[in-house]
Amino acid sequence: MDPLREAKEPFIFSIQAYIPELTGLKASNLQQLLDHIKTVPDSVIYHHTHHFLQEHQYLSPEPPNDFAYWVTEFLHEVRLGESLLSIDTIQYTTIRELRNEIIRTLEAFIEQYPTSLNKFVLPGEEFHFLKSANFILQTPYKVSNLKDFRDALKKITIDSIYFHMYEARLRIRRGTNDFSRWLEECLEETKLANKIAAIDPYTHTLENLRFAIVKLIDKRIAELEKSPEIRGVLPKS
Amino acid sequence: MPNISDYAAVVGSSTIEELQLLANKLQGKSVQNINSTAIGGGVAELLNRIVPLLKDLGINAQWDVIKGGENFFTITKRFHNALHGRYEEITPEMYNLFLETSKKNIEQLNLSGDFIVIHDPQPIALIKKKPALPYSKWIWRCHIDISSPDTKVWNFLIPFLHQYDSAVFSSPGFSQQLPIRQFLVPPSIDPLSDKNKDLSQEAIDDVLDKYHIPKDKPIITQISRFDYLKDPIGVIEAYRIVKRRIDCQLILAGGTATDDPESSKVYADTMENAGDDPDIHILAIPSGSDLDINALQRASTVIIQKSIREGFGLTVTEALWKAKPVVASSVGGIPLQIKHKYNGLLCHSIFGAAFSIKQLLHNPEYAKRLGENGREHVRQNFLLTRHLRDCILLFLSMYHPEEIIYLS
Repeated sequence: MDPLREAKEPFIFSIQAYIPELTGLKASNLQQLLDHIKTVPDSVIYHHTHHFLQEHQYLSPEPPNDFAYWVTEFLHEVRLGESLLSIDTIQYTTIRELRNEIIRTLEAFIEQYPTSLNKFVLPGEEFHFLKSANFILQTPYKVSNLKDFRDALKKITIDSIYFHMYEARLRIRRGTNDFSRWLEECLEETKLANKIAAIDPYTHTLENLRFAIVKLIDKRIAELEKSPEIRGVLPKS
Repeated sequence: MPNISDYAAVVGSSTIEELQLLANKLQGKSVQNINSTAIGGGVAELLNRIVPLLKDLGINAQWDVIKGGENFFTITKRFHNALHGRYEEITPEMYNLFLETSKKNIEQLNLSGDFIVIHDPQPIALIKKKPALPYSKWIWRCHIDISSPDTKVWNFLIPFLHQYDSAVFSSPGFSQQLPIRQFLVPPSIDPLSDKNKDLSQEAIDDVLDKYHIPKDKPIITQISRFDYLKDPIGVIEAYRIVKRRIDCQLILAGGTATDDPESSKVYADTMENAGDDPDIHILAIPSGSDLDINALQRASTVIIQKSIREGFGLTVTEALWKAKPVVASSVGGIPLQIKHKYNGLLCHSIFGAAFSIKQLLHNPEYAKRLGENGREHVRQNFLLTRHLRDCILLFLSMYHPEEIIYLS
């Protein structure tokens, strides 16, 4: 088979750009944090568990979500920070489930350490709740085969990687990331699609994520070029 | 002045392409910025760069300045101080003069933009013109810290603010509970300006020679105007603690305004405190010496910003951009810029600052990693190109109240 084989439908790369919105809500201790987490819109939870990925895309290891960072660095609740940090975001397919897990973690900690509620941060160190207005638009990068897909992946901005790997999965609720979906549905590259879907994007920087995906595709292209017949014997999943 | 394509060398051509893609969605729209001064001050400096770059991107941007006599600006200066939380005596006559001057400006200014961006409190009352311009979107862009404003002045301004379509603040801590949408747009630095552009080692060495600073020991630097809120004496104390273990030198460099008696006093106190230590260099640098500041930052081993209060802290942004390890107080906008132990170190006291400086001087690899992370953090979040993108997204948001917006 040919890595230049035409896909059923082209893949159009989009970008996601956002501007943070202020809610005017803030928390000075764990109780206030918990109360607001229970009532703020989904977009607030999404913002505080994801914006680090775009803002700190260069860091490895990257900082945790905002809640974990704040309770660790400002409330000095290291144990709770670790619990919030270790929430496995990838396993949740809705913001509601992710929010519930954060609430459960906070409530369990408060129950075990009720005096933690007596700790207040200094003025100026409060947790400020933000959300964001997100804009999605198509880029001129439109590809129809695996090679062009790989080449475009190398060129697009990290905002595009972010959109297709995170936003599409969790917020737009497409179930999996866009790259895997296209590879499977339009190129019948099920095995490659599964390998990309198996990457935990939350433990990679966006640049590392790009590198990991490109590497998987490179390997697959090499296979196809070496043994054109190989595609026929690949298992479906 | 650089044009938009010149920034591709710093942020990558794909970022500029993305900006252009977004800007294309605003083709044919006009943006009218209004502030109170054409020269001097951060807002004028920002508009000087942003307006031409928006035009480069095909957006019809313009900039107008309100007129006001000395009395008007004395009053607005008092507003400014009061919004910072300081008590100011403001009489009913002063409020009246503010309203009368605003009325004259409404009559004289040709207000016509699709987006009318009013910067800071001085022109805030222009919003009275809103009913006459039903298709314009009005944005109040607040550049100052209003986290704990004097309630009397704040209550006077609130009725104006509530008529705007949106407000924009520089830091989450400055936001208030308001019935209008509020956006966060942090300040930015221009990587191609004299203060931030790359310099050759020769140019850096020339500046060190000019100020008689030897290169034989590590340099700790704080760049700030001489102001008690920047705690220059606390910086000297931290340096002395470090000096007990590591032979180093300290640079305290910044402007002293000749018309500001307090600044001269702080400078004199700092000099006195430094005594005859030849390793402390206190430099009163005239305003506009951006290349000198740039060189001093680049020559430093560690940059400190031990402010007691801070707005956003652009000197921190500048230091991070130069990939310098930074030790800074956790105040104002500094925690937005520094994530502790990831791209710099936050401190809360003189001892904490000294400890962090020692850590960095003893661990150059760690210091280097923090510095590199700092530079990338600024590249991603605090350069002028991000500011431009925020402006474009802000304008687009005026037509889209929803959270996820598909632009076709």
